[in-house]
Amino acid sequence: MNDMPTPESIGLSREDLPNSYIGRSVPRPNVPKLVQGRATYTDDVQLPRLVHAAFLRSPHAHARIARIDAAAAMQVPGVVRVFTGADLAKVCDPWVATLDHLKGMKSAPQYPLPLERATWQGEPVVAVVADSRAAAEDGVAALLVEFEPLPAQLDMETALAPGAVVIHPQLGDNLVFTRTAEKGDVAAAMAAAHKVVEATFVTGRHTGVTLEPRSIIADYNRAEGTLTVHHSTQAPHMMQGVFAKQLRLEDGQVRVICKDVGGSFGIKVHVYPDEVAVAAMARILGRPVKFVADRFESFVSDIHARDHRIKGRIAVDADGKILAFDIDDLTGIGPYSVYPRTSAIEGNQVVNLCGGPYDFANYRCTTTVVLQNKTPTCQYRAVGHPIATAVTEGLVDLAAEALGMDPIEIRRRNLIRDDAYPYTSPPGMRFEGLSHHAALDKLLQMVPVDRIRADQAEQRKRGVHRGLGFASFIELTNPSPFMYGIGGARISAQDGATVRMDPDGSVVVMSGVTEQGQGTEGILRQIVAHGVGVPVERVKVITGDTQTTPYGGGTWACRGAGIGGEAALQSAIALKQQILVVAGAMLQAAPDSLDIVMGQVVDRDTGRERMPLAELGRIVYYRGDTLPKDLPRELVQTRHFITKEYPFAFTNGIQASWVEVDTETGMVKLLEHWCVEDCGRVVNPLLVDEQVRGGIVQGLGGALYEHCVYDEQGNLLTTTMADYLVPMSAEMPDMHVGHVETPTKESLLGAKGAGEAGTAGAPAALMNAINDALRPLGARVTEQPFTPARILAALSRI
Amino acid sequence: MINKQVVARGLLGLARGMSSMKWPAFGYARARSLQDVWRLQSEHGDGARLIAGGQTLLATLAFRLSEPTVLIDITQVPELRGVSVEAGTLRIGALTRHAELGRDELIARHAPLLREAVPYIAHPAIRNRGTIGGSLAYADPAAELPACVVALGATLVLASAAGERRVRAEDFFTGLLETALRGGELITAVEVPIATAATRSTIAEVARRSGDYAMAGLAVHLSLGSNGQVAAPRLVYFGVGNGPVLAKAAGAALAGRRLGAESIAAVQAALAGDLDPPSDLHGPPEMKRHLARVLTGRALSRFLPATEVAA
Amino acid sequence: MTARIDITLTVNGERVTRSVEPRRHLIDFLRLDLGLTGSHAGCEHGVCGACTVRVDGEIVRGCLVLAVSLDGAEVTTIEGLSDSGEVEDLQAAFVARNAAQCGFCTPGMVMAAADILRHHPEADRAAIREHLSGNYCRCTGYQAIVDAVEATLEARR
Repeated sequence: MNDMPTPESIGLSREDLPNSYIGRSVPRPNVPKLVQGRATYTDDVQLPRLVHAAFLRSPHAHARIARIDAAAAMQVPGVVRVFTGADLAKVCDPWVATLDHLKGMKSAPQYPLPLERATWQGEPVVAVVADSRAAAEDGVAALLVEFEPLPAQLDMETALAPGAVVIHPQLGDNLVFTRTAEKGDVAAAMAAAHKVVEATFVTGRHTGVTLEPRSIIADYNRAEGTLTVHHSTQAPHMMQGVFAKQLRLEDGQVRVICKDVGGSFGIKVHVYPDEVAVAAMARILGRPVKFVADRFESFVSDIHARDHRIKGRIAVDADGKILAFDIDDLTGIGPYSVYPRTSAIEGNQVVNLCGGPYDFANYRCTTTVVLQNKTPTCQYRAVGHPIATAVTEGLVDLAAEALGMDPIEIRRRNLIRDDAYPYTSPPGMRFEGLSHHAALDKLLQMVPVDRIRADQAEQRKRGVHRGLGFASFIELTNPSPFMYGIGGARISAQDGATVRMDPDGSVVVMSGVTEQGQGTEGILRQIVAHGVGVPVERVKVITGDTQTTPYGGGTWACRGAGIGGEAALQSAIALKQQILVVAGAMLQAAPDSLDIVMGQVVDRDTGRERMPLAELGRIVYYRGDTLPKDLPRELVQTRHFITKEYPFAFTNGIQASWVEVDTETGMVKLLEHWCVEDCGRVVNPLLVDEQVRGGIVQGLGGALYEHCVYDEQGNLLTTTMADYLVPMSAEMPDMHVGHVETPTKESLLGAKGAGEAGTAGAPAALMNAINDALRPLGARVTEQPFTPARILAALSRI
Repeated sequence: MINKQVVARGLLGLARGMSSMKWPAFGYARARSLQDVWRLQSEHGDGARLIAGGQTLLATLAFRLSEPTVLIDITQVPELRGVSVEAGTLRIGALTRHAELGRDELIARHAPLLREAVPYIAHPAIRNRGTIGGSLAYADPAAELPACVVALGATLVLASAAGERRVRAEDFFTGLLETALRGGELITAVEVPIATAATRSTIAEVARRSGDYAMAGLAVHLSLGSNGQVAAPRLVYFGVGNGPVLAKAAGAALAGRRLGAESIAAVQAALAGDLDPPSDLHGPPEMKRHLARVLTGRALSRFLPATEVAA
Repeated sequence: MTARIDITLTVNGERVTRSVEPRRHLIDFLRLDLGLTGSHAGCEHGVCGACTVRVDGEIVRGCLVLAVSLDGAEVTTIEGLSDSGEVEDLQAAFVARNAAQCGFCTPGMVMAAADILRHHPEADRAAIREHLSGNYCRCTGYQAIVDAVEATLEARR
């Protein structure tokens, strides 16, 4: 019984799975309260003496703060206090978002409210605290703040040019980070190639639009010296450390609680100056302060992402074999790198991921990350992946076109072979095991390509232009400390779970990973029910409280199942073993002759029921006197898990998009969409499938609609949901999801992440589908979002 | 329902350094008759604003674009309600909600264009509150109903303490978000000449997503003789100007001609003289002109006999 | 003139009387004055649909309705709709299909879907998508929601 468990020994073999909760579509325990409106989001939390914050935000992209006059604001009924940057700096230190392993990276200190200059339109400048949000807004309206506008650096293309406005003079220039990955001899490969094709791609700056806005209540109790923060965040332990460090407290003085969180997608894993300001104001006031961003504020202050211009070249031989990729990426990240993950990671990911699905020898990719006076950008769902995938798959389709080769055929010839693993990609990414060809085969079982191509030809005769596009992709999940930890960031790559059995035989799991709707709590429940051997209804999951859950990194980069799930599985197995030791003593049986099935201790060989767990619990907790004196009886176990062999658990997949382009109006109608992905062990197909679909829709949104548009003065023009267009139900297609399962051997569970696959591949598949439709007309689009105006321009209709 | 006004002035809000979604403080009074309205208006003066469905006004207040001192709720004013037919005219009370326009039998029979337009207006929850009077008074250049009433040759009945007057719909819309409404005046009803057997009308638009304001749209109303000849065509474009644009040159190119590929092409060519669209977030003026031509072809083709459409 | 005004209305079958500021919208009234936190303010400018509730039997955007204008009205929120059992089957279908992820849109989505069940029993997938097109969900791909509504409609036929 002390042998190391294997997937087979714990019932995860293919034969066992039909009887397991793992791999089954068990409905999530959280959903009934969601559908009945009985969830508790941060804004639903009521505390005594609560006051509300609103912020005056910079109306200028770049301006000196000349004067702040709060006299009139203080006269507004309900206003309690006004805070400036100088006020908060007395209790709160600034932060600088760099990572040591990103060589040469630099950024400037950022305060919760700036001391001298505002550097983007929408930056919080002055805070008003009042007895209601409406009164706080009245107070903001009564503030007199004089700004002296300064020249703004908006265009990333000129950010490093002579004459550029250097946003932080102490940095010397606007260069945050640059990196080139080079492998083989790109120049020689290009020179010798049968065909070289090139294109410039643009991914539009967009943002997350979580339906629940960023929300925080911070409460400082002077008597206890504790700061309690109710926070809509993905990473409570990380935020605990951040609040402690910036406010000069010990970690132990800070408790971060996340109840229900209304969506995150990376938006809620960053440190926002207005949120730190709320904690600082609570520290000063000694009472709870609430801030819930309104939608207008969300658009100007939630992180943006994906503001990239990428020039790419691909070289192929006459057989369609890819010889080389040569990529030049430029990205503007706003005036500050965002703490603590930094805003250099997205560009770095482009370097790591371009060409990712393919077997080729020569690679050069440079990213250049520059400052600009726009809203800061940072990690957002599928960080860098949609960009790298669009560039890679766009170039592969161009190469196929140049060769007159079918897009499926060129992929088949170049995708890394399924038996080639372990494999190291040209930029140095190590793949443990991927399944590109199996995924392609599976996709072709799902997509009726012949019928679609026949329909396409038929429709073209009638002037209807339809297109089918494909995109293979890889996705980085389960990050190790190689992502942030080695750079000095206090971002935990490990995660823990504590599993205990209570007297009634029910089980409680406390986990460091968190729930924002992905189904984290649902899969933890299934995993623990499987691991201990109890009905899933008997497991309760607790997440999102730094005071009660094991220390962990939270939920990001698709680590919930792969890291948090494994910690839960191991602690569940440990608890089971502990229970069986106690049961063995009670039943006069060897512990390894016993098992636990659906809440009953049974004989392992015969399945004969010996004792319900409730009876075992009764004796342990109430009649411990009847047990042998030296019997260990702690029915609680904690395990932590971290990956050790590979820096990241890569997943893979392929998507297909089938669209109709109205060549008169430039409108794109999404007809159907397919995705096959390999996230390793699928814990719950129901959850994975809708995660993938949600990810696809988010990717389609970025590719078709979503765009943070600025004018020439740096004013964000898309600050309402009527202007920033998100995907809605009427336009979205039905989506088909298939799976290939290549479990990672790093863990018993074998799960990799699944949450970002949809977003990683959808924009590229859509782009290729649109271009497939436009090809007979000699038109092509490579600039996202693919708006009617851009499509009509490509068609020379306007 | 957010309109261009919000977009334009939302920037102003930010320019003032404001961050707001909560409505500014204002008073509230409910009127139960037109007399009540006049009384409340005189009590509160210029700071008073009328509120009906509130689907535009309240969205604009969320951005503190205007700060009225009092809102006078006119939803309980009986004189503004009801749909009826009298002497060849369909009278639609200003408080008629979009959802009611979509299901009213008299409107379906006598002004089917309005019914056809309803599904294009925002979403069900908005259509349950928004009123035709409010939509016309706000005069959003990309809204459907202003264009429809102009196409229908409707007359707006306006009232104030000084009395009642009638204004042709095409004269009502005077500029960007501007109308012929005078201070203290409100729309009480829309009067529409009822459709005849020869009447043809339709609406067509291109919007990014269902329920969005149109990038470009067209409401058309005409008479089609048994010989296929067009009389009294009214082509009214929206989303392409400062308000609904009654395309006179295009209309002239169609009037008296037999509807067909040739006359449609003539209309499309003539449009150049009618439209001077601004650029917006969706695209440049050329795009809007192009879309207007496309919509013209598509809308007019709907009136062709099936045999000609196929060809 | 901006003084509070007394209103009496029926919310989820209960008569309530409150004195409210004229500038308070229906969602803040429900959440702050009545503690009915199931309705959410997602955008507060009438676009996202998270605040969808019923007023006098029809769905509306709660953020675009003045609370003071509802004297004498009948309001039903997600809490009341749930307690009434009217859409128990729809809610069960949402649970079975994981048609809610973060859940922030869900109360508004259920209110809008309930409107389909009441007024459009014949709705097909396209009609369902159209009717829900004013309700933003960032998490699901909408498909599970459409599936749940479609299955409920079919089961009721």
